[in-house]
Amino acid sequence: MDAKLQPAVDALTGRLNVEPVEFRDQVSLLVQPDQIVSAAQILRDEFQFDMLTFLTAVDYWPELAPRFHIVYMLYSVPHNANLSLRVPLEGNAPHLPTLEGVYPNANWYEREVWDMFGVRFDGHSDLRRILMPADWQGHPLRKDYPLGYEEVQFTFNAEEIDLRKPYARE
Amino acid sequence: MGIEQKLGNLGISTLTLDQAVKWARTNSMWPMLFGLACCAIEMMSAQASNFDMSRFGMELMRASPRQSDLMIVAGRVSRKMAPVLRRLYDQMPDPKWVIAMGDCASCSGVFNNYALAQGVDEIVPVDVYVAGCPPRPEALIHGIITLHEKVRSRDQTGRSDHGKELAEREQQMITGARGA
Repeated sequence: MDAKLQPAVDALTGRLNVEPVEFRDQVSLLVQPDQIVSAAQILRDEFQFDMLTFLTAVDYWPELAPRFHIVYMLYSVPHNANLSLRVPLEGNAPHLPTLEGVYPNANWYEREVWDMFGVRFDGHSDLRRILMPADWQGHPLRKDYPLGYEEVQFTFNAEEIDLRKPYARE
Repeated sequence: MGIEQKLGNLGISTLTLDQAVKWARTNSMWPMLFGLACCAIEMMSAQASNFDMSRFGMELMRASPRQSDLMIVAGRVSRKMAPVLRRLYDQMPDPKWVIAMGDCASCSGVFNNYALAQGVDEIVPVDVYVAGCPPRPEALIHGIITLHEKVRSRDQTGRSDHGKELAEREQQMITGARGA
C-alpha cells in the first residue's frame, strides 16, 4: 500500500466499520451504506482528499450477493493520492445517503447512478433522470434489463419482418 | 466570352410546368443542417472543395427547418433525440424529402440496443438510404443524385413511378432468390 494512504486507511478502520481491499496497488475501502457520509467527511477534512473524481456503480448480478457496488473515487491534490470507497448494496429497492453535502459535484453523478441503476440517494436535492428521457421505464445498466433486439432481415424473411417494422408516416 | 456568346440570344424557350417544377426542385434543393454524429464530418466534406456538392445546386445548408426541403439525417438518432427530429421534420414545408445517411440512420448499424432508434424510418419517412459507416462523400452525392431521379420520376399525382419500378425489381429479386 502507498505510504501516503496508510494514515487515512488506519484512521478509518479504527473509527468506522470499514474493510480495506487492495487490488493491483489500488486501495479500496468497503464501507457500510450508513457510514459513507462520515467516511467521506473524515477523508476530506482530516486527510485532504479534496476532490471527488467520479462516482459510479457496478452491477455484479448474478455473481455476487449484494449485487450493487457504489464506487467513489477520491483524490487528494496535496498528496497526489487516490483512494476509492465502495459501498455494497442489496438489490431490493437500494438506497443510501447522498454525498452532496460533502462533495457538491456528487449531484449529477448520483443522478446518473439513479438513472442507470435505480439506486436512490436519500436527501438528494434533485434526484431526476439525467441521461434517459424523463418518461423512461426501468434502469438500463442493470444486468437484468432486456437488451432490446432488432430482427435482422435476410432475403427469406425480409417481407415478413417488414410487415412488423414500425415505419413512420408522413 | 462565355457560353452566352456561343448560344446567342435564346429568346423564349418552352417547357411544361411539370418539367419546370421538377427542374426547380432538384436544382435548388436546400438541405437542413442536421449533423448528429461522425457522418456529419463526411457531409461537411461533401460540401467542401474536394467534392463540392454545390455542383448540384445544394450548397446552401439551412439552419432552419422552415427554409429547407431536404433533411439529411447524418448519424445515429438516440431515443431522446427522436421527438426532436420528428418535430423538425414536421416544421419543414412540403414538399420535403429525407435521406438516411449511413448505417446508423438507416438501421442503427452496430448499435443494436435500447438507447438508439433502430433506424430513422421509425420516426420519419425516408426516401433514400445511403449505406456506409460512414459513407464517403461520393456515396452521399450518389444518394442525392438518386433522390433527384426520384423527384424527377414522380408524376403530378405524387405517385412515384421510379419507386414502384424499384419495388417491382426488388420483388423479382426476392422471388428469384427463393426459387433458386
